[in-house]
Amino acid sequence: MTRHLSAELLAAAKELIALYPNPRSALVPLCHLAQEQDGWLTPDAIEDIAELLDITPAEVLGTASFYDMLHTEEVGRYVIAICTNIACMLRGADDLLAHAEDHLGIRAGATTPDGMFTIEEAECLADCGRAPCVQVNHRFFGNLTPEGFDQLAADLRSGALESEVPPHGTLCRVRRSVGLEAGGH
Amino acid sequence: MAVTEAPRIVTSRLGYEDSHTLERYLATGGYEGLRKALSMSPEAVAAEVDAASLLGRGGAGFPAGRKWAMLRKAPTTYLVVNGDESEPATFKDHMLLERDPHQLVEGVVIAAYALGVSRAFIYVRGEFALGMERVQQALNDAYAHGAVGQDIFGSGFSVDVVVHPGAGAYICGEETALIESLEGKRGFPRIKPPYFPAAIGLYGEPTVVNNVETLSNLPWIILNTGAAFSALGEGRSTGTRLFALAGHVRNPGVHEIEMVKTTFRDLIYAPVLGGGILGGRELKAFIPGGVSAPWFGPEQLDLPLGQDEVGAAGSMLGSGSVVVMDESTCVVRAAWRITKFFWRESCGQCTPCREGSGWLEKILRRIEGGEGREDDIELLMDVCDNISPGVSWPPQQTTICVLGPSIPSSIASAIRMFRDDFLVHVKEGGCPHG
Repeated sequence: MTRHLSAELLAAAKELIALYPNPRSALVPLCHLAQEQDGWLTPDAIEDIAELLDITPAEVLGTASFYDMLHTEEVGRYVIAICTNIACMLRGADDLLAHAEDHLGIRAGATTPDGMFTIEEAECLADCGRAPCVQVNHRFFGNLTPEGFDQLAADLRSGALESEVPPHGTLCRVRRSVGLEAGGH
Repeated sequence: MAVTEAPRIVTSRLGYEDSHTLERYLATGGYEGLRKALSMSPEAVAAEVDAASLLGRGGAGFPAGRKWAMLRKAPTTYLVVNGDESEPATFKDHMLLERDPHQLVEGVVIAAYALGVSRAFIYVRGEFALGMERVQQALNDAYAHGAVGQDIFGSGFSVDVVVHPGAGAYICGEETALIESLEGKRGFPRIKPPYFPAAIGLYGEPTVVNNVETLSNLPWIILNTGAAFSALGEGRSTGTRLFALAGHVRNPGVHEIEMVKTTFRDLIYAPVLGGGILGGRELKAFIPGGVSAPWFGPEQLDLPLGQDEVGAAGSMLGSGSVVVMDESTCVVRAAWRITKFFWRESCGQCTPCREGSGWLEKILRRIEGGEGREDDIELLMDVCDNISPGVSWPPQQTTICVLGPSIPSSIASAIRMFRDDFLVHVKEGGCPHG
């Protein structure tokens, strides 16, 4: 009996599982769903996912811990991922990261005491035409200067970007509208 | 030479703000390639792709037609789309997913028809939230339009297409790791042989894995014929290709260019392309095909953008990304940052890659940080040699996948081309670039 995931997410989870020949394929999609509810992958959610897929919680955690986007510890409402890989490095990313750390008063990997921001040093996010680039909850902000970063943080804090940047954990806001039609499997 | 008048094959709609919508897609010839394909036999569709000589646009450059021909006809076969674009400085599939998702969906259905597949998965890199939303919306609309699902356009052919989100792991771009990930496991590359998932793929069944850009070419190829595609470019490198240009150039971005007819110099300096080096500075080095590729210097600028041409010169076109480093670049720092990336992204299965990447990262960090020793350069090359004996190109394989043997590329290049820069770091006890 699953206990943690909401009824709406449980229904969505079951629809996802039905898309795959083998239920276990839905493991990562279900972890994203759980993060949509809680902001991170909680132990309770892991229990529910294990039950839905008929595997052990250790198997869920064992897979989830491989992936950077699945957070098994609490993170801020806004996870700011600052790319410092080669293309962004050549365009000033190291200074941008240092500035962000100073501005928010935390080092990469940490969360502000008010739970608002987590900073991550990211690998290439594939937006190098607008380097240095940053993602907030996986929404892109490119060509970012230190001043631009301060404005971004202020806009996130004030709620001005609420419609563009959902709280951390919400990945794809478009749900699949149909089930499987082709049959044959 | 400069830029040819080749047609824009995969970027024709990018001038429109609403290029991602079904409405715009249909108004610009969308799904006409699929209608034509469905009026042909699956074999004839596959023959057109073969005639196009379309090389895979993911990084390995394997001919798509030959990949398809390996697929064993079995009751259960799968098509998997690799949209896990993560090779540093590569950002072309990101653009295609966000800006023309219907073009990809159409390509997927054409491929599924040619292959006789009734289930396809589009694996989208987890970080591409907008791309995922655009592809899911495109799929929802394409189902409603009758272009995906049951009895497509009344042809009797049916295929389901499912979007699958990744969750942040470079290695999942390796096709067997991608399949493991799609099965709900850690993204560990599979031991070879078999070399191709066509033999044993998703759930152990025959599977074809194709890149986003590769499949996005199919609607045009079917509408205009494979011969028209192979008339572009030269030799084995046919058609146009997306090049992602980044680093110290005036106009970084993605450019669609006819293969072989254009050179690196054109790409970097032509006003309509890269526009030259930032601030009018001089070129120091460039990476011709993703960070796994050995570097080139100014003397290679006139090489054509062709797979075999770049291969013969000792590097690769790889994922089609070109990183420009100007004269102000600290190459020690560049090599260190690239190595740090490989260290973070090594899946950890194979000792040479897991341990080697960490040791190389530590040594490069201490050189850059002013703690370097005189014999560190030899030590770096020795560790590289342990990862990939001979540090040759193409590299010797000591690991399950090609991530490990890619690690020495940037280090060996930087040392070979700029040994003095390393020595200065050691002698002066730090980075002269600050």
